[in-house]
Amino acid sequence: MIKATTVDIPVSAGNEDHYRLRMGPQHPATHGVLRVDLDLDGETIMECEPHVGYLHRGFEKLAEHRTYVQNLVLTDRLDYIAAMANNVGYCEAVEKLLKIEVPLRAKYLRTMVCEMARISSHLLWLATHALDIGAMTVFLYCFREREELLELFAELCGARLTTTYTRLGGVRQDVTHSIMMKLVRFVDAFPANIEEYETLIDTNRIWLKRTVNVGTVSARDAVSLCLTGASLRGSGVDYDVRKHFPYAAYDLVDFEIPRGETGDTYARYRCRMEEMRQSNHILRQCIEQMPPGPIIGDDAPDLVMPNKPGRKVEVDTPARQGLIKLVEDRDIFMEGDVYVPTEVPKGELGFYFISDGNGSPYRMHIRSPSFIHIGALKTLAKGAMVADLIAIIGTLDVVLGECDR
Amino acid sequence: MGQMNNSGLVKIQDGVRFIPGASALVGPLNKIINWGRTGSIWPVTFGLACCAIEMMVAGASTNDLDRFGVIFRASPRQADCLILAGTISKKMAPVVRRVYDQMPEPRYVLAMGSCACSGGVFDTYAVVQGGDEFLPVDVYIPGCPPRPEALLEGLIKLQEKINREQGRWSQLV
Repeated sequence: MIKATTVDIPVSAGNEDHYRLRMGPQHPATHGVLRVDLDLDGETIMECEPHVGYLHRGFEKLAEHRTYVQNLVLTDRLDYIAAMANNVGYCEAVEKLLKIEVPLRAKYLRTMVCEMARISSHLLWLATHALDIGAMTVFLYCFREREELLELFAELCGARLTTTYTRLGGVRQDVTHSIMMKLVRFVDAFPANIEEYETLIDTNRIWLKRTVNVGTVSARDAVSLCLTGASLRGSGVDYDVRKHFPYAAYDLVDFEIPRGETGDTYARYRCRMEEMRQSNHILRQCIEQMPPGPIIGDDAPDLVMPNKPGRKVEVDTPARQGLIKLVEDRDIFMEGDVYVPTEVPKGELGFYFISDGNGSPYRMHIRSPSFIHIGALKTLAKGAMVADLIAIIGTLDVVLGECDR
Repeated sequence: MGQMNNSGLVKIQDGVRFIPGASALVGPLNKIINWGRTGSIWPVTFGLACCAIEMMVAGASTNDLDRFGVIFRASPRQADCLILAGTISKKMAPVVRRVYDQMPEPRYVLAMGSCACSGGVFDTYAVVQGGDEFLPVDVYIPGCPPRPEALLEGLIKLQEKINREQGRWSQLV
């Protein structure tokens, strides 16, 4: 039986001006189950101590007992707002480890779903960020467009959030004509929708007061805090994994990396809005350039590969059969380690594998942007007001599933 | 509103009738209270993991939970329903329990998603294998994550359950 416990927050003795406030883990503006212990002087934050781990699910340990193919479903639940981008990141890493070649059409499909995930993630970020600051209408508008993308995901692979769309060596299913037509309609209509959001908040006086010069971080500090994604580019640093270390079909499409200058919450907001425009631009190119061909490579391991007649395969579970096939045909898994970064909507997501030649990873480490961004919270929130902390948590765009793993 | 019958009363739910013009309800107290409760299930805004995103979608423009009288409240003191939306880790479980204890009676618990029902895929050292290990769960909603329509169905099932209750309105009876 689990009982409720009280948590004692130590208060420094004899100091009546300072007091400690515990914000979260049950707080609607902490984007999940983040807990922040605040040391306050009036309403000014003297010290801010983020506590993570309330959503720790043991991904990395769980992955050691499952095969590479089985682990794919876990990546959906990492950053559940953009599961497609995680799937792609995981597959890119394992493919590098197993030296599997991906067909061109699958690369384009991956790029396409990644950008759809980016738009849906940024829409959710804008919706919740604006809601936290007090703009309810933006929330309703953003969810309207986001729903269209989620329904497209459902049509593509059967699930709205937990997609498991990619496979080692390609993707699971080809796009149908109906999906493409719906996507074309979405891509045509979306730029006007972004303008609609901007008319709501872009020059709104309350929005400007709550975001301009709040949570400012200089380019030098942003790099030393290991910020990535729009949180880094808002400070003017030109770094994007899609451009500098291209994967999937990002080297074949044309796009720009939007950058801010001031490094405050407003700059990061502008950055993400421009990113949505660029994602839309990439989507349009993917639709136009989509090459014909297979969607999964010939040497891709299959999860439910039937036994070849006459060959005795010793397997303990049906799920391992595909792996045995892979081992027999290729005779080795690579031994050694591999790190592959990908640009997910939150920032740089890296998968680090250590392989001992077995069918399961010996160690899987996930470099999740949210975890590192929460680490930066301490620096960003120092000296700010309590209300600004809400804006700062929102602007860092953290998702706790990915942070706590 | 419901149908008008011969006596001029409008039936708005089984056993609950409304007198037009008088702004009065006629019926057994049990049923009137149950009718009131089914129309105002206020869940606490408490997202745990992935399912919380679908819970937000259910509350947003497409599905619009407000039309059922389901309004999310940020404080457990004002809420009477706890939606366990996501994986409950062992570190989080005492906090969930505390939020539940802070809610006033009568209170209901919905387990949304595989993790809250049974632990889901996360059979690990860090995860509580289902919300019913430490909370009395009223409705289980399967799925990973359940679609917003499934959450609506779960809330309708909860309304049916509330409608069957008897004498749960006072300490005196």
